[in-house]
Parts: sequence; C-alpha cells; structure tokens
Amino acid sequence: MDDTLVSLYQRLKKRGLTSSGKKNILLELNGKTTHDPLPEITGDTASQESVFGAAFDSLYNYNDNNMLQAMSPPTSTYITQIRSLDELLEKDKQREKDGFPRKIRVGRMIKPGKGSKGKVVVIPTTVEEKFIHNPYFKQDQEDQASGGTGKGEEGEVIGEEPVREEEGQDGQGPGQGEGGQHEIESSAYDLGKILTEQFELPNLKEKGKKRSLTRYTYELTDKHRGFGQILDKKSTLKKIVETNIHLGNLPDINDIDPTRFLISPNDKIYRILSREKDYESQAMIFFLRDYSGSMAGKASALVVAQHVLIYSWLLYQYENQVETRFILHDTEAKEVKDFYTYYNSKVAGGTQVFSAYKLVNEIVEQENLITDYNIYIFHGTDGDDWDSDGKQAIPEMKKMLSYANRVGITIAQHAYSASKKTEVENYIIKSGLLEKSPELIRLDVIPEDVDETRLIEGIKRLIS
Amino acid sequence: MELINQHTKRIMEGCKERAREAGLEFQDESLEYIVTNRDLLELTPKIMIPTLYDYWVQDVEVLKEKGKYELYPSNPYETVINTRPAISFYNDNNPDWLNVMIFYHVLGHIDFFQNNLFYRHTWDYDFTGQALSDKRVIAKLRAEKGRWVDYVIEFSRGIDNLVGYYNELSLLDSPPSITHSKKMNFYFDHFLQNIKKINISNYIKEVDRYNQSLKHNKERGEKHFFSKVERKYPEFEELFKKSLQKKSTSKKDLLQFIMENSSILKKEENQWMKSVMQVIRKTSLFFQPQIRTKIMNEGWASYWHETLFMQDDRISGHEVDFARVNAGVTAMPRVGLNPYALGMRLFYYIEESAEKGRLSYDFQRLNDSEKRKKFDSKTNEGKNAIFQMRKNFNDFLFINTFIDQDFINRNNLFVSGRRLNKSKMVWEYYVKSRNAKQYRQMLFDSLYHPPHIEVDQKKSTEDSLYLTHKFEEKPLVKEYLLNTMIGLEYLWGGSVNLETSEYLPESESKEYAMYTSFMGSPGEEREKPEMKWQRVLYTIKDRKLIREQL
Repeated sequence: MDDTLVSLYQRLKKRGLTSSGKKNILLELNGKTTHDPLPEITGDTASQESVFGAAFDSLYNYNDNNMLQAMSPPTSTYITQIRSLDELLEKDKQREKDGFPRKIRVGRMIKPGKGSKGKVVVIPTTVEEKFIHNPYFKQDQEDQASGGTGKGEEGEVIGEEPVREEEGQDGQGPGQGEGGQHEIESSAYDLGKILTEQFELPNLKEKGKKRSLTRYTYELTDKHRGFGQILDKKSTLKKIVETNIHLGNLPDINDIDPTRFLISPNDKIYRILSREKDYESQAMIFFLRDYSGSMAGKASALVVAQHVLIYSWLLYQYENQVETRFILHDTEAKEVKDFYTYYNSKVAGGTQVFSAYKLVNEIVEQENLITDYNIYIFHGTDGDDWDSDGKQAIPEMKKMLSYANRVGITIAQHAYSASKKTEVENYIIKSGLLEKSPELIRLDVIPEDVDETRLIEGIKRLIS
Repeated sequence: MELINQHTKRIMEGCKERAREAGLEFQDESLEYIVTNRDLLELTPKIMIPTLYDYWVQDVEVLKEKGKYELYPSNPYETVINTRPAISFYNDNNPDWLNVMIFYHVLGHIDFFQNNLFYRHTWDYDFTGQALSDKRVIAKLRAEKGRWVDYVIEFSRGIDNLVGYYNELSLLDSPPSITHSKKMNFYFDHFLQNIKKINISNYIKEVDRYNQSLKHNKERGEKHFFSKVERKYPEFEELFKKSLQKKSTSKKDLLQFIMENSSILKKEENQWMKSVMQVIRKTSLFFQPQIRTKIMNEGWASYWHETLFMQDDRISGHEVDFARVNAGVTAMPRVGLNPYALGMRLFYYIEESAEKGRLSYDFQRLNDSEKRKKFDSKTNEGKNAIFQMRKNFNDFLFINTFIDQDFINRNNLFVSGRRLNKSKMVWEYYVKSRNAKQYRQMLFDSLYHPPHIEVDQKKSTEDSLYLTHKFEEKPLVKEYLLNTMIGLEYLWGGSVNLETSEYLPESESKEYAMYTSFMGSPGEEREKPEMKWQRVLYTIKDRKLIREQL
C-alpha cells in the first residue's frame, strides 16, 4: 500500500466517513493495480498469438485462401469503404422519415486483422439484425471450451495468457490501443464528420477572438516579377506598357501597336505560391478522466468512449484546430502528453476529484489561456470521491466556471450503486451550481452499461 | 480478375486426370481466376459470388464479433465456390508445386460440392448465372421503387437464416415412396393414436383387421377396411381431408409463409416484393450446406491434397516445401479447433476402420480390448467407406457417428478450458477432459445452429402472425429483436408475436454479484446467481415492441 495514500485515508477518517464511503476507499486502497501504461507491443504479435490467441476462434474462421495460399483478407483503408458515406447518411436520415430506426452506427473501434499491428480504427458500422442465439450466453457460467491436442493430464494447466490482451479482443474501450497517436487522430477526424452530420450536434459558439494559428494555407495571391507559377497576363501587359512609355517606344497613346513592344524579362509578372496565415477562433479542450481503481471495467470504457466521441467531434468542428489537454487523476492529477496515453492508461489508486480541477485551474492561470481561448472542460468519473462532500472540489469548480465556456461532467454510475446518487453528483447538486449557471455547467449521469446512442445523447446534453 | 495462364491451366488438367483415377467425380469444366487485393475487396462483401445482387450494407463495415457465423452462415472468403462450372480464386505468384497441391485441395472441394447430398438443391443450376439475373431484377426494381427495394431486402435478410433448408432437401431427395396409402397412414399413425387414443390391444386388432382385409382381396381390401371404419368413426373422412390440406402448408418456412399469406403482399401493387424475397430466400438456401459441412468438406479436401500430392511425381524436389505448408494446414493445434486437421484425421480413421471391418456389428459387440486392438477382417472397403460418408453425411452426423474414444485416444485429443487465475491475472488454459462424449459435446456447441422458429398457425390470425421459438436452452439476442420484428411487421402487414424463452437471474443474488465484481475484470468468478427459464411473448404493433411474461 502506498504510504501517502494511507496517511490521506487516516486524515479523511478523522474527518468522519460514512460506512459505504469507507468501504469504497478501502477497496481502492487495497487494489493491487498500478497505473503502468500498457506495455507497447513490439515486434511480431502474430507469433505471440499463434499459440493461444486463435484458440477460441470459431472453427468457421479457417478458410482456404488463408490456410493454403497465405492470402489474408483484403486490406483497405476504411476510407474506400465509406466512399459513399454522405449517401449512406442521407439514406439513414430517410429511414427515419420512413419510420424505421436508423442503422448506421458510429464510434466502433476495431482492430483489423488478427495478429496484425493492431491499429485502432474508428469507422461507421452497421449490423444486420436477425433472430440468432446469443453467442455469449452460458447457462452454467462455465469457462469457455475448445479443442486441443497433445500431452497433459486432465486438469493440468498447459499455458497462460495475460488477461489484458483478452480485454483488447473486446475491441472497444481503453486498454486495446496499440496504435500510435496519429491513427487515432486521423480516424477521429472522420468520426467527427459522421457525428456532426448524423446527430446534428449543436455547434459551439464562435467567441470571435481572432488570433493567428499555426496553420497556414497556400494561395496564389501574391505577385512576383520574373518567375512564379502562373503568368498574370493583365499585370504583365500593364508593366510592358509602362516600360515602353519610359523607353519612349509608344509614340501614339491612342494607337498602340503591340507588335512593336519591347519586352524586358522583368516585365513578366507571375502569381506565386505563398504561405498565408489563417485566422480562426480557437478552443482549448481539457479532458479529465478519473482513473482510480473503482473505474475498472465498464465505467472506464464508457468514459473513454464518450471522450473519443467528443474529441472526434471537436476535431472535425474546429477542423483539426482544437487544442486538447489531457489530465488523468486518482488522488493526484497529472497531465499526459497525448490522447493515446490518456486513452490507454490503466486504472488504479484512490479518488480525489478536486486534484484534477485544481490542475486545470493552475494550467489556465500559468499559461494565461483565458484571453486567447474558448475553454471547455470535460470530466468523466464514476462519481466516487474520497472528498465525499466536495469541500475541496466545489471551490475549484467555481473557479473553473469563472472562465470556462462549458464544463461537462459525465458520471458513469456503477450498476451496484444505481439506486443512490453518487458522491460527486450529490455535492454538485447541493452546491446549486447547476441552477446558478446552467449555461456553463452540465451534468450527465449514465448507467455503466449503455450503448453508443446513449453516449451521444449524453454529449448533446453536455454541449447543447 | 483474369483467368490463369495456359501453363497453370495444364497443371490443373493434370491434377484432374489423377484425381479422377483416384475416384473423385466432378464436372469437366472449371474456371480458375487470378485475384488481386482489389478484386478481393469487391468479392468479399459479395461472399465471393461476383454476380451477387447489390445491397448497401455491402459497402459498410459490418460488425463482426462473436456470433458472426450465426448472422452470416456463409464463408465470406473462400477459394472455391459451388457454381457450374466451379470457380476458384488464386494468388498470382503461387509456385507451380504449390498450385498442384492447391488444385488437389480445390478438386476435393468440387467433388464434395457435386456429390454430397446436402448440396443436392444446388446441383441443377449455375448459381452465378441465377444470381446475375436476380441482380438485374433487383436493379430494375430499384430503378422503379427506389429505397423500398432495400427495405424489403433488409427485412427479408432479417429472417433469411430461418429458411427451411431441410424441407427443401427432403423434397428433392425423398426415398422411394412406400406403397401404403396416405389414408392408411393417417388412420394408423395419427387418427387412432392421437385423436382416438385407443389402447394398444385395440390398435393391434385394427392392424390385424387391416391385414386380413388385404389378404381377402388385394385390390379392394383397403376400401373394404375403411368402409367399416367410416361406420364406426363417421368423422374420420372429414378429418382426413382436413389433414391433407394442412400438410400442404405445414412445411413452409417463415419467408414462404409470409409470401403466401401476408395481407400486404397480396395487394397488386406489392407483388414485386415477392420477387425480392424469393431472391433472398434462394441465396440463403444456396449457402446453407457450406456451413453445415465445414469439417467434412475441409477434411475431405485435405485428405485428397495430401494423398494425391504424395503420389504425384511433380512433388519431387519440393517434398520439404510441401511438408511445411501441409503441416501448417493440417496440424492439430495445441489449443483450438482446426476443421482441416480434424476432418482429415476422421477420414483417415474411418478409412482404416472400414479397411479392418471395424464399422461392423461384430466389432461393436466385442468387449475384449485385446481382441478389439487386433480386430482386422481385411475387408478392403476403406475407400468405399469414405466415399459413402462424403455422399451421405454432414458435420453433425460425421462427428456424432465417428468421434469415439478410440479416435480421441489415438490423436491425443482433449477438451481444453480457459479459466482466470486471479492471483497471477492470467488466463490459464488447461486440459478439461479427454472423454469422447464431452469432446463431441464441445464440437456440437461450436457448430452452426440457427434458432428453430416456426409459424404457429393455430395462434396466428389474418392480421396477427404468431411465431414460436423452440426451447433449446439458448436465448435469442435481445437487441436484435426490435429491428427484426419491425421488418416482419412490415412484410406481414399486421402485428407479429414471438414466443421465446429467456433466462432470468433472480434479483437478490444480483446485487451481491455486482458488488463482488467491483474491481471487475472480465470473467471474474462471481457467486453463482440462481437463474431460471421463463417463457416470454414479444409483440410488435405499430413499430412498438411489447414484452410480456407468459
């Protein structure tokens, strides 16, 4: 057990704790987990998987192309698969008008290819519903069974596989990402496009603070003498006339004979490709994620999935110009460098929500972000907080509200605590901030086992 | 897509000659194409049938998780397709020796397609040709009706896994008709037993009386017999007539039933929908046998590529190459199920057993293990036996009949299990059982098995369709119910009921289980909650789904 955590616990205990609060804290305290980032998988993952990875594949997964000719299923960028994306979305809208539920879904993360490098791709998907038996159903809760060959007594263990990899097979949520940051970003951009078009999320307000961004566009607006990309004929002709006047080569201004023009090389005026600074209003998004021990499982998956959606949508809405900061917190908060780390860090430790809020306030202050940025803060948690009445969190929250354009808090409520309100929810409601500044702060409580549609509904609530 | 070159085609023809000598039977013509990645991109959504009808879902990534084979009971990515002539697809850079091996494998498949009785309904036409004309029909309809064609395709596909595949087969390949009249069958099999429920001695008396009547007069005996029956049971004649009518409709699958009885499809302006539904149904029927013979089909092809290539002179110089590739295909995995390996071993096992006369009653009666080991009646029937299996069996029969303890022991097979070791946070793979019965059960559980859902004609009315899902200890996927049933309601033109079974956890244990999984990692052991089955009825009306317990 971490000493600092234990002493923190002792202090909290002195201040008085409810029995359930104590139980929760102890559970987190005693958890053996750490925040170690997931190990990067290097080299050939196929060789790893060849022993057990495919063990519980359906026997129908085998096919001649693969087995005999070593032809793997065709690979393509998913862009080509959704080339008719607009058309599809249009069709989907029409479905709704015809009275059928929509069919295109978003935000599925898939890891294409077994044993491939396993990159994360976000794509629009659909499913064809049929009456089928539930493949996940197991009446006697027995462990999975498959075939096997070779030596070994009944009951003998013949191999092991780390649990984490198994989580990854789920294909969704944190802990599966082996892809680099770039892949998340580029596909998130496309996901954002789908989100906006499909769900008609309300646009964020332009705050009008125009300032230069590091983005440049290249335009053919500048003129240049002597060389360039396109000859500007009108300017060139003007220049030639000017030159000829100077040379006295233009006797009668009313009767110009172009064939007699003298042309200097410097008279040619070209349009030249030039770098232009682009001006747009800009936004800074803070993503805050509770990665304490209690967030294990679905709660984390949910929060992260929602943040992926928000992140994607913002990327699209602001044409890749949003700046994002990622903050993880347990009892202490830290900033991580990219979405990849944010997305993949494992849960462990205790919970103090205020630490994250405080860090945001510090960053904003130190970097003087208020003057230049629209600031948005999205926080995902399961609602457990050792600081159970928000004594520390609420002041920090108030501070945040003084500059933020919107603070959106998502509480993924555990099924076991579904009946009662969580601590974070409690103290935020009690503080009255929700009524006082409904434009600035939104709270959304979702049960931990909801689908994407509910998540997107949640985003609407957070940013509408 | 282009055809293989002349040189490679000659290799194929050489393979055909040798395969025929070994006893395989297949049509002379076959088409072999070289495919690129781009070709495959276009082919895979169309299940490798180049001429399959267009449908927008083919352009979208479809969720393929566990259960994908329940949704799509057809291999989307196969080398050979069952058409006339058979079409197969190849890499453009296979070396010749490898092509020889692949060609033998392919010929094994073609032989299987064209001789196994579970493919009987695909023998009389070329599916690609059929599909092409269907594709044109659908394209033409789409030009006229627009998106409604896609809705009908979607809704029909929603129930295309419930096609009456076995009904269709039994129509085609019925055994030579038995000489008894329908009337007599009805009287003895149904009327006396189910309606009159007479006791055994009376039943036997009736049988006796029937036989006596026939003995007296061969031609008029039956008439004479039934004249007495009519006096005794005046209602018999009426019931018999009714039963004849019923028979004609009872063998319809859901798609057929809807096509014949739906109020909305009866309307003149909706006739076109039936053509679309027909296409979906035919396509689904075509793919049914493949997934039901996966182990046999791959086993058969592997058996032949190994057997034939080893005898082929073209192997010389590539023995090691072949060994490597072949081992990759047909080695039994330490954990997992490889249909190639399992099927091939079963065929070898059957061949050997038949060769020694062990598929006989004499052998089965033998209890002495020493004698069993030495039993060999040198029948020389091995090849004949496997050709019989290839003709008459599907995966279920194959596994159920031939996987016995001898086979398990000889191949060192076991059922493997996976469990969570919490202290080490690893999945442990372990040997669960070496019992043949359990191994068979494990295989059965992994075989394709669509739900058994039928129209309950008694409970259905003119506007309300009543479906019954037969209880097999397997619940349906709940999330899919709404959309599937919306589709059904649309096609049926009225409300639709589905009676099914659900597995309900008792509520008290629930909370505790949730709590213990607090630090939840998947598969964590929980207190086993008490659970029970319950019959529930889903009703869709005006696109609203209602659930009630029965």
